[in-house]
Amino acid sequence: MKDKMLEVSAIENGTVIDHIPPKAFFKVIAILGLEKLDIQMTLGTNLDSKKIGKKAIVKLSDIFFPDKDVNKIALVAPQAKLNIIKNYNVVEKRVVEIPDDIVGIVKCMNPKCITNSEKIITKFKVVSKNEVKLKCLYCEKITDQDNMQVI
Amino acid sequence: MKNKSLVSITDFSKSDYLRILELAEDYERKPVQDLLTGKVVATLFFEPSTRTRLSFESAVNKMGGRVIGFTDASSSSVTKGETLYDTIKIVCNYCDLIVMRHPLEGSARFASEISSVPIINAGDGANQHPTQTLLDLYSIKKTQGKLDNLTIFMVGDLKYGRTVHSLLMAMSQFNPTFHFISPDELKMPEEYKIFLRTLGIKYYEHKDFTDIITEADIIYMTRVQKERFSDPIEYERTKNAYVLKNKMLNNTKENLRVLHPLPRVNEIDQDVDINPKAYYFTQALNGVYIRQAIISSILGLN
Repeated sequence: MKDKMLEVSAIENGTVIDHIPPKAFFKVIAILGLEKLDIQMTLGTNLDSKKIGKKAIVKLSDIFFPDKDVNKIALVAPQAKLNIIKNYNVVEKRVVEIPDDIVGIVKCMNPKCITNSEKIITKFKVVSKNEVKLKCLYCEKITDQDNMQVI
Repeated sequence: MKNKSLVSITDFSKSDYLRILELAEDYERKPVQDLLTGKVVATLFFEPSTRTRLSFESAVNKMGGRVIGFTDASSSSVTKGETLYDTIKIVCNYCDLIVMRHPLEGSARFASEISSVPIINAGDGANQHPTQTLLDLYSIKKTQGKLDNLTIFMVGDLKYGRTVHSLLMAMSQFNPTFHFISPDELKMPEEYKIFLRTLGIKYYEHKDFTDIITEADIIYMTRVQKERFSDPIEYERTKNAYVLKNKMLNNTKENLRVLHPLPRVNEIDQDVDINPKAYYFTQALNGVYIRQAIISSILGLN
C-alpha cells in the first residue's frame, strides 16, 4: 500500500517541498499562490514524519521557483526542505531561508496601521530571523511570529 | 534634502538636523522673509492639532506663502468615504508641499510614496512627529549652547509618549545621560532601552519624582493621559505623583530648563511659569522658526 502511494505521488520533473509543519500547510499554499497554477500537484498533510512527527508535503510538476519566491515560505515553515526533481531523480536539495524584506504576504498586526485601512501592499524589514520579527515600513511597529497573519 | 519628505526622524542624518537648526537660528533673527511668494502649502489635518497647525501656518505666512487645507476630517471629503490615497493624489496637484496630521500610523509614509510633492509628517497616530523633535533639539541647543554630553530627565508617560521616544532617538547621537521618571505602568519600553544599551548610552530609571532632578540640564515633562489607565483611582493617584512644582526647582542647576511638548494639564504647576527655568512657552515659539527652516530646506529655498 505504502509503495503504491509513493508511486502515485512521484513526479517526473518539478519541485517537492517536504517537512512542512501541518499547521503551516495552507499558508504555504497561499504564499506560493498554488490555487492559481494549472499544473499537476499532489498535496498531502498530517503524514507521518520521522523528523517532525507529522508533516505536510507539496509535489508540483514542471515548476521550479526562483529562490526569492520560495524563500517566502520560510516565514511559516522555516524547516521546509526543497527537492528539485529531474527525470524522477532528486538533482538538488535546498533549504529555505528567510529573506531580508517581505513584500505583500503578511498583514501588519497593528490595528492602527494605515495598511489595514487602505489598499496598500504591506512592506516589512526582517529585523530578527531566529524568532521572526518584522518591522512594518509604514507604521514602524513590529509584527512577531505569534501574531503573524498571512494575507 | 531638497524635495525629500520628512516622515520619520530617522529619514534625516545628523548633519541634516544640524543644518536645520542653524537655519532656524537665521529665521529667529529674521522671521519675515519672502521666500515662499507664489508657493502654496496644504495643511491636511485629519485630526485636530491646534498648536502644530497654527505654527506651520504661521511659518508659511511669515515667508510669504499661502495656505490651503482643512482643520479636521469632518470638513473634508473623508466624511464622504474618500480614501487617503485619493485625497493625496488630488491635493498634490494644488500645492507645492503637503503638511499632514493623520490618526493612523504609517499614513505619512504612504502619502510620501504616492504624492508628487514632498510630505511633512505633522504626526501619524502614536508613531512619528519629527518636527516636534527638531524643535525640541533646537530648544535644547539654544538653552544649553550645545547638544553634546547633556543630562536629560524625561518625566511622566514614557510608554506611549511619541515625543519622548523620538527625542531619545535623536539625542542619542550626542552622548547624553538619560534619567527616566515614570510609574511602572508607563515605563520606557524595552526596545528603546535596548537601543541605548547597544550604543553604550547611560540611563537610569526612577519611580519617584524627587530631588534627583538637581543633576538635570533638561527636564522634559509629559502629560499622563487618563485613557492609559483602566482604573480611574490609579490614574488620579499617578497623575498627582508626577507634578512639577516651583519649589522642586530650588536646588537645581542654573542652566536647567523645563520643556514640555504641550498641551499641559496639571503636570507642571502654574507656579513654575514665572521661574526663568520654565521654557515650554518659548519652546512653542521655536516651533515656528524650526518649521520655517524645514519648509525652506525641503523646497530648496536656501
